[in-house]
Amino acid sequence: MRHLLAVEHLDRSDIERIMDRAESFAEVGRRDIKKVPTLRGRTVVNLFFESSTRTSSSFELAAKRLSADLVSVKSAGSSVDKGESLKDTVATLSAYHPAAIVIRSPYAGAAELITRWTDASVINAGDGKHEHPSQALLDVYTLRQRLGGLEGRRIWIVGDVMHSRVARSNILAFRAMGVEVTVCGPPTLIPRGIESLGCEVAYTLDELGEADVVYALRMQNERMGESFVPSIREYAEHYQIDSRRLSPRQLLMHPGPVNRGVELSAEVIDSPSSLISEQVESGLVVRMAILYELLAGVGRPRGAPSPDASEPSPIGQPA
Amino acid sequence: MSRVSSLSWRRAESPGLILRGARTVDPRAGIDEVRDVVIRDGEIAELAEPGSVEAGELESVEANGLLALPAFFDPHVHLRTPGHEHKEDIETGSRAAAAGGYCGVLAMPNTAPPIDTAEAVQALGQRAEREASVPTGFLAAITRAIAGEELTEMAELGAAGAVGFSDDGWPVPSAHVLRRAMQYQKLAGGVLALHEEDPDMSGDGVMHEGEVSAAVGLAGIPPVSESTMIARDAAMAAYEDARIHILHLSARASVEAVELSKGAGVKLTAEVTPHHLTLTDEEVRSLDSRFKMNPPLRSEDDRQALIEGLRSGTIDCIATDHAPHATEDKEVPFEQAAMGVTGLETAFPALFTELVLPGVIELELLVERMTAGAEPFGFDVPTLAPGSEANAVLIDPEAEWEAGAEGWESRSENSCFTGRKLRGRVLMTVVAGQVAYRQRSFAMGVAA
Repeated sequence: MRHLLAVEHLDRSDIERIMDRAESFAEVGRRDIKKVPTLRGRTVVNLFFESSTRTSSSFELAAKRLSADLVSVKSAGSSVDKGESLKDTVATLSAYHPAAIVIRSPYAGAAELITRWTDASVINAGDGKHEHPSQALLDVYTLRQRLGGLEGRRIWIVGDVMHSRVARSNILAFRAMGVEVTVCGPPTLIPRGIESLGCEVAYTLDELGEADVVYALRMQNERMGESFVPSIREYAEHYQIDSRRLSPRQLLMHPGPVNRGVELSAEVIDSPSSLISEQVESGLVVRMAILYELLAGVGRPRGAPSPDASEPSPIGQPA
Repeated sequence: MSRVSSLSWRRAESPGLILRGARTVDPRAGIDEVRDVVIRDGEIAELAEPGSVEAGELESVEANGLLALPAFFDPHVHLRTPGHEHKEDIETGSRAAAAGGYCGVLAMPNTAPPIDTAEAVQALGQRAEREASVPTGFLAAITRAIAGEELTEMAELGAAGAVGFSDDGWPVPSAHVLRRAMQYQKLAGGVLALHEEDPDMSGDGVMHEGEVSAAVGLAGIPPVSESTMIARDAAMAAYEDARIHILHLSARASVEAVELSKGAGVKLTAEVTPHHLTLTDEEVRSLDSRFKMNPPLRSEDDRQALIEGLRSGTIDCIATDHAPHATEDKEVPFEQAAMGVTGLETAFPALFTELVLPGVIELELLVERMTAGAEPFGFDVPTLAPGSEANAVLIDPEAEWEAGAEGWESRSENSCFTGRKLRGRVLMTVVAGQVAYRQRSFAMGVAA
């Protein structure tokens, strides 16, 4: 695999390979020294055009645990704010010959687009409302750790599906793993045609009891102003996951950050059903596995002498 | 009705031509036979039996195995002048038209600034007299600065040479303002060419609303955003007895709205683009900004309805909506990219390859609809009937070429057909008896 752009491009065996690798990194995380030399001498660029806490920090930490050099560029204060185009920014950063660029952009297709302008492997850390593949992989991993096999399980994804890249990637990833997926939310926030991704659609939580797993999405306040829902109050009335709706045998997931009291009630967030902190933990090992999948064993650091190099280096051998 | 050559262009004298031995196809002239097309004094002198006419002073063009068709007319192009000459200008845009087999084009007024004064219309006409390879007309805006609020001085604009009125790129959102324009048409004349879209409904949409937009997470433009505005404006046109032309239909619902209005006697014509006839929103799965335009590529069902509308005559003509953009306007993520694709140089080959060769439509129908765009704007539809103005195109129907591989005559390269293998290549375009374009290889062939 050269890039990780979308779950759409992955099949079940790709996902399982990354899951297995993540498990081996989880073992590393239990050691005293949590660092491995796998990517020593290689550079990872984190290029974030949108604010992010957990995705950017877990990619950073994943790169460091693999001993890569790391450059983090956030849009605030960067040349992007001075009007530099995406193409020029990527060309500039590519001059450092990074092995990978991790990109988050508010625009769909940005990650795929920059593959035209760099030799680096590109990892999509969220492109507009399109996809967020590493999130979906860590969600599959989290659930697999808890449940073992996923085949035949049922998951309900609840909330603002329309504006959610997490929903799109998760529908595809869970479908690939044999999970039955239902999306549920206000009709204004369920995009027309979403069934074509292989999921069912519901507009009420009446049948939520059939779910093994409830995956709540973040409900953004600005959606109220755009007439998608009349009020937070009415949204919460119909779609909030609370202890009345969530049975103890069901598992609860959420990509974060949570709006307490909107999509989730406080008591379910802290209940034993909740996998929310496990999701964050999984983020690190899954992102290590993604970096490993794309970079390990492929090529070597540019400019480094090859072990079997017969030609003398033009600048002489290191002392 | 006026001759196409009465539009503004760089005229020259021509000794005349004989296009020898081409399969001559023109449904309006009722012909589909091998003939020698004899062109004298800017007119079709006769469609002679092959070899029956001495060349004399006429240039003799060997056209065995080629198609001779009436040259095409495009009522909807963007020449980006004034203001965006880095995308296109009159010289490059009209050269692209000639290379696409067109004998006439009408340019939209959404330039920078928009064309809303008589001086601007006249200045464009004068530039076209110097620079245009093919006759070029200019529409003027319906509302000042295309702001949708106040009417332009339509009567004066018409007198200055505007061939019609349009706020293309934008609808006229206010029913009140558009109704006034329809009333004022009785004084000013000129068809109102309408970009039909409800901006409220389209919102921040960037592609067709459907399965693909749901899958890729792009905001959708529903087809009813277009069809409801067509219904509104057709109803007003009926009430005011106005003459309207509906630009770039994209959806089944729009074809149905036009059909209903025509059935009710509304004076309305409609056009469709080659890309809406050949491509669908499936292309947008790639998130490639080459497939971003407004109206957007829609579903296969919509495409089929457009083809059916073209067949039935509900859709009168094919227009390219040639919309050049600079590379940097397209080398960005889909949502940020400029809307629009070029089309003049690919229209015939794309439609010939995708619709005629597979037998979806007949060549005659394609020829009819690619020339018919002249009529709504008051120009003679190009035809090879003896006695008419000599507007003709020679096409090699066997030639296969990769779109874009040899570059473009247009200044821009934002074609949605780039990289496709297309059949059918324009070798020569004749406008009022004058050779407006000769394909390089063909020109060499003639010299030898």
